Amino acid sequence: MYDNENKEMLYEAKKAWLEKLNKVKEKHPERKTFKLESDLELEGVYDLLDMENYDYMDKLNWPGEYPYTRGIQPTMYRGRLWTMRQYAGFGSAEETNERFRYLLDQGQTGLSVAFDLPTQIGYDSDHPLARGEVGKVGVAIDSLADMEILMDKIPLDQVSTSMTINSPAAVLLAMYMAVAEKQGIPMDQINGTIQNDILKEYVARGTYIFPPRESMRLIVDIFAYAGENIPTWNTISISGYHIREAGSTAVQEVAFTLSNAIAYVEAAIKAGMDVDMFAPRLSFFFNAHSNFFEEIAKFRAARRIWARLMKERFKAKNPRSLMLRFHTQTAGSTLTAQQPDINIMRVAFQALSAVLGGTQSLHTNSRDEALALPSEHSVLLALRTQQVIGYEIGATDTVDPLGGSYFVETLTDHIEQEVWSYIDKIDEIGGAVEAIENGFIQKEIQSSAYRYQKEVESAEHIVVGVNKFTTSSEQPIDLLKMDPATSQRQVERLKEVRLRRNQGKVAESLQELRRAAQGSDNLMPYILTAVKAYATLGEICGVLRDVFGEYQQQINF
Amino acid sequence: MADKPLRVLVGKIGLDGHDRGAKVVAQALRDAGMEVIYTGLRQTPEQIVETALQEDVQVIGLSILSGAHMQLIPPIVEMLREQDSSDIIVVVGGIIPREDITYLKEHGVAEVFTPGSSTEDIIGFIKRKLN
Repeated sequence: MYDNENKEMLYEAKKAWLEKLNKVKEKHPERKTFKLESDLELEGVYDLLDMENYDYMDKLNWPGEYPYTRGIQPTMYRGRLWTMRQYAGFGSAEETNERFRYLLDQGQTGLSVAFDLPTQIGYDSDHPLARGEVGKVGVAIDSLADMEILMDKIPLDQVSTSMTINSPAAVLLAMYMAVAEKQGIPMDQINGTIQNDILKEYVARGTYIFPPRESMRLIVDIFAYAGENIPTWNTISISGYHIREAGSTAVQEVAFTLSNAIAYVEAAIKAGMDVDMFAPRLSFFFNAHSNFFEEIAKFRAARRIWARLMKERFKAKNPRSLMLRFHTQTAGSTLTAQQPDINIMRVAFQALSAVLGGTQSLHTNSRDEALALPSEHSVLLALRTQQVIGYEIGATDTVDPLGGSYFVETLTDHIEQEVWSYIDKIDEIGGAVEAIENGFIQKEIQSSAYRYQKEVESAEHIVVGVNKFTTSSEQPIDLLKMDPATSQRQVERLKEVRLRRNQGKVAESLQELRRAAQGSDNLMPYILTAVKAYATLGEICGVLRDVFGEYQQQINF
Repeated sequence: MADKPLRVLVGKIGLDGHDRGAKVVAQALRDAGMEVIYTGLRQTPEQIVETALQEDVQVIGLSILSGAHMQLIPPIVEMLREQDSSDIIVVVGGIIPREDITYLKEHGVAEVFTPGSSTEDIIGFIKRKLN
């Protein structure tokens, strides 16, 4: 944009300014060196010279155009705001159904189901290992009977539902389909997402059941089945969220997530699927952490890398295959038990970074989540935070408002480069599955987590209320109280379901599932049949545990 | 300071998979010169007690963020008592509401560390308790 003569002038002007700057610094030294978690030392100011030879069309282009750095749609939030989707679930299906309907009444636009740990690990509520866990971190779902109650009076053709379920994703998806069918809704009109991202469970979240190879088969089965039967369903939400919560840096979050994504794409292609058949239904899930500009740049960089990967490496042709669509949740690990009201501010800034980064849906954490599951009042405040961002502050009026910022573009480029170098490293190891099996990814995350903790303890990294501006007089806040009888009631309902159903049908469907699991058929139809016969989650996963075996965590410690 | 290093078991009880805190604490204890046995995920109370006795530890550090602490932690203290091993101190870290902390401490837990606690505090507490 500048001809040579003007460029010379610019260099001269900058030189003069730098001299001035150095004099100021001599007199008034800066407080510290400023750097990102991923070790980039930040300049005090960025300028046109940082974007010399910047290729606008190659790196940015317009919103809705390859490589989608500026957003996946031309109008973004001017057309439609992101989906406000609060992750919720606790206790029984009745209690959660009530919370869902409350949230929808308050203007929430999508559902997000949190399941309890026994459900996530494929145990029925009366399993010995479910002790103390039933209905705790989410709702307990043992059979189709529970899913019917969970979605009671919620029109499944009008809401989209995200389900945080991984190892038993096929079973919960089958239950959801069965309920939709009972509501009389055609299968091409149900919308939603299953997380279904097993690889990150081995490194970060821990709700694995089966070994990696068998888990990958289930995932590819879902891709194939959904492509034909529930075409608008997002078959996976490839998640960096939990990788970041486990302590990774922003760069590692994107790098490990996209490496996992590469593994899924390769597995599906290897199973004979055409990339454009399933890639448009892949979705992503990222964390919105505290470093405001780094996060915005992270989201933009992730979109650009994915587009290039899909186009250049996997030769995808459908533009939808190239678009990285993502859900965001604010960072749970940044919430503090100390002075919990401060969390409201943290969440607001994190949420704003997700919006400026172009998220498709968003969950804002509640202020009390370092203390307990959120109360209804806290959840409402969190939702209102999104509504303020969406409707009051003008952040949504312009698409990618920070596009072209010298700083944000420099950061975006930096993150992109660092992510590519991780992806190369993981390719050299032999891909994400190998890198997980040999512990590389776990070690990288662990060392970042430890470094961060040390920085907080040395007050190199300030956390307000924790290592600075602390107070000794904490105001207690009202926390959600769990009904201790929930677990008992859940177990009783489960027993009743087991009594009431047609036992012959259950046994037969489980037997057929076993045979299919031993062979190579797509398992979805068999699971659907078992679910409709009211076989329980524990029974279905039990059959698969028998055939597939269970993953044994390796302790790289 | 004692000649023999302190032996500590760090464990995740229940089905909760959030092991960031447990691993960070385990590494910090190790860096502070203690011998750490890290159990990994999905330990039952029975497994924790068995490992603790086998490994002859002086401290059990339990991490739990799932809310199942009230059901899973008191049995551990109880089993230690039955095995005449009440001298093993039990510390807990995780998302634990205030009134549950009071209950757990009344039922034999030495200390509870919530999010935001520093590893220095945890190390300091263990050393004070055992010296």
